Amino acid sequence: MGADLAAVIEVERLNTRFGAAVVHEDVSLSVRRGEIFALVGASGCGKSTLLREIILLQRPVSGSIRVFGQEVVGLSDEDALPLRRRWGVMFERGALFSSLTVTENVGMVLEEHTELSAPLAAEIAAVKIALTGLPPDAGPKYPSELSGGMRKRAALARAIALDPELLLLDEPTAGLDPLSATGIDELVRQLRDALGLTIMMVTHDLDLLWRAADRVGVLHEGRILGVGTMDELSRSEHPLVREYFYGPRGRAAQGQAWKPK
Amino acid sequence: MTTPPFPQSKVVAELGPGTAPGELRCAGAWVLHAVPQLERRVGALTVPAARELVVDASAVTAMDTAGAWLLHRTVRALESRGHSLRLQGLRPEFRALLELVASRTAAAGAAPAVAPGLLAQLGRKTWEIMLGTIGLLSFVGEAAVAFARSVADPRRIRWRPILHNLQSAGFEALPITGMLTFLLGIVIAYQGAEQLQRVGANIYIVDLVGLSMVRELSPLITAIIVAGRSGSAYTAQIGTMKVTEEIDALRTVGIGPHELLVLPKVLALAIALPLLTVYTDMTGVLGGMVMARAQLGVSFGTFVDRLSDAVSLTSFLIGVGKAPVFAAIIALVGCYQGFRVTGSAESVGRQTTVSVVQAIFLVILSDALFSIAFSYLDI
Repeated sequence: MGADLAAVIEVERLNTRFGAAVVHEDVSLSVRRGEIFALVGASGCGKSTLLREIILLQRPVSGSIRVFGQEVVGLSDEDALPLRRRWGVMFERGALFSSLTVTENVGMVLEEHTELSAPLAAEIAAVKIALTGLPPDAGPKYPSELSGGMRKRAALARAIALDPELLLLDEPTAGLDPLSATGIDELVRQLRDALGLTIMMVTHDLDLLWRAADRVGVLHEGRILGVGTMDELSRSEHPLVREYFYGPRGRAAQGQAWKPK
Repeated sequence: MTTPPFPQSKVVAELGPGTAPGELRCAGAWVLHAVPQLERRVGALTVPAARELVVDASAVTAMDTAGAWLLHRTVRALESRGHSLRLQGLRPEFRALLELVASRTAAAGAAPAVAPGLLAQLGRKTWEIMLGTIGLLSFVGEAAVAFARSVADPRRIRWRPILHNLQSAGFEALPITGMLTFLLGIVIAYQGAEQLQRVGANIYIVDLVGLSMVRELSPLITAIIVAGRSGSAYTAQIGTMKVTEEIDALRTVGIGPHELLVLPKVLALAIALPLLTVYTDMTGVLGGMVMARAQLGVSFGTFVDRLSDAVSLTSFLIGVGKAPVFAAIIALVGCYQGFRVTGSAESVGRQTTVSVVQAIFLVILSDALFSIAFSYLDI
């Protein structure tokens, strides 16, 4: 295993059940250092649940999840703290703290985990906010005063506050207009290229998949149907995978995809 | 696989004069955890006098956005002091990062907001209170219009939410209001017993407990408990609906929020609170009765016989008659504060607090006004 291809996230034989409902059955996948990995699948197939299990918000019934080589299933909060500092998470609906301004949302994370002085923390928070493409006057606003797209960007700014090595994004472009969504694709790629981040995202956005994802995993009814690059998956023989990528929307996205590679 | 450690304390980054004159040298890991340390270095930096400076960054081993920002800021600060800088030796990936940060932050750096002065704060507060009062009045007006419309067209009255509110604000409050007024009756009888015993007027315990409970305390205490129990619930419910845009959704499907949310609560409480008051009249007097027998030897039979003389029908009706007014105050204030919630979870909490405080304040204030009015009217 070369240093560059070392897996940042390794999921092995993961099983999750809610009561009688089976969410994951023997799910195994790995995310390599420095890649953009996307998890796709129909609504309710357990994508977000898998993400929540990786970031220790939920516990699987059995199986193992290793992040940075460390087993996270059953990890205590105290032991998880160093890990939590190394990843950034962006939730689907932003989950910004509604009683704090955007700058305070980002600055709070910085002040909690570093020894930065308050003015410097505010300054770096402003840089993060600018990095996500928000105008400077968004900083002193409260989340309730922002539009959905701006809230997403602010949530991304909070996720990258500590310059994490691993970024987990839940539906980063959902609810955004096409222009903002393109901005997010580019930002995700730029961050990966500039910082060498590893990014794992859950998405429905086929444009984002074609433009940004290095590898894609398809989850269906709790099982992994296939993992590969978009080119590989689009040649897959599996009927469900074909249906996903060759529905009317899939074809349109492929046709328009701007592939810089 | 070994995890790269996260040596927060060992992160070493350098910024200082280089070997040649007119050269600055950056080295080490320019990452977030080194930024506080680096910032001190920047502050203590002795800038060479030369106009043309060379920044040698070939020894920078790691860089993230925070480090890139600090470097960018330092370079910009030096340039604004009239130096011209040349950055050399920076690894291409770090240079790309620096350019990303530089391009994205070109517009950043807005001045922090200035805190308003004392006079401005006072003015703003006064204005807010005035707007709040006007808001409450117009809210009561809107509710009255909705009520008038419902009376004109009784089919519009929504019975299901009324019954539901009767259950939650009335029936489910029976145990707590009953117990508290029972205890209050015991306390009053106990305090009165000692005084009355001294003058040998044991039987007047009936007047003391009966009149004070029925006319004043039981309506008041019941209203205060209900304000805490149900007024707060109204605010939290409507406030949360406001946050999740359910109120707007109601309007778009053509259902007036007043009709569905406010009127049923006001009507239900206006029915429930007088009934609760009659019930707490009984439990309160019962508490007094128990204590009167234990302390003063006034038997239950004697107590009940005396009660019909001690407490006139007028006193009883005055007590119960205040309850619908209290009910309207509690429900309207609770709903009004719910509608004032704006966007955040914190706002729901704040308005709920305001709702309970304001409702109790207004209940006691109106009780005092009732007393003044009744003493003028000689009732």
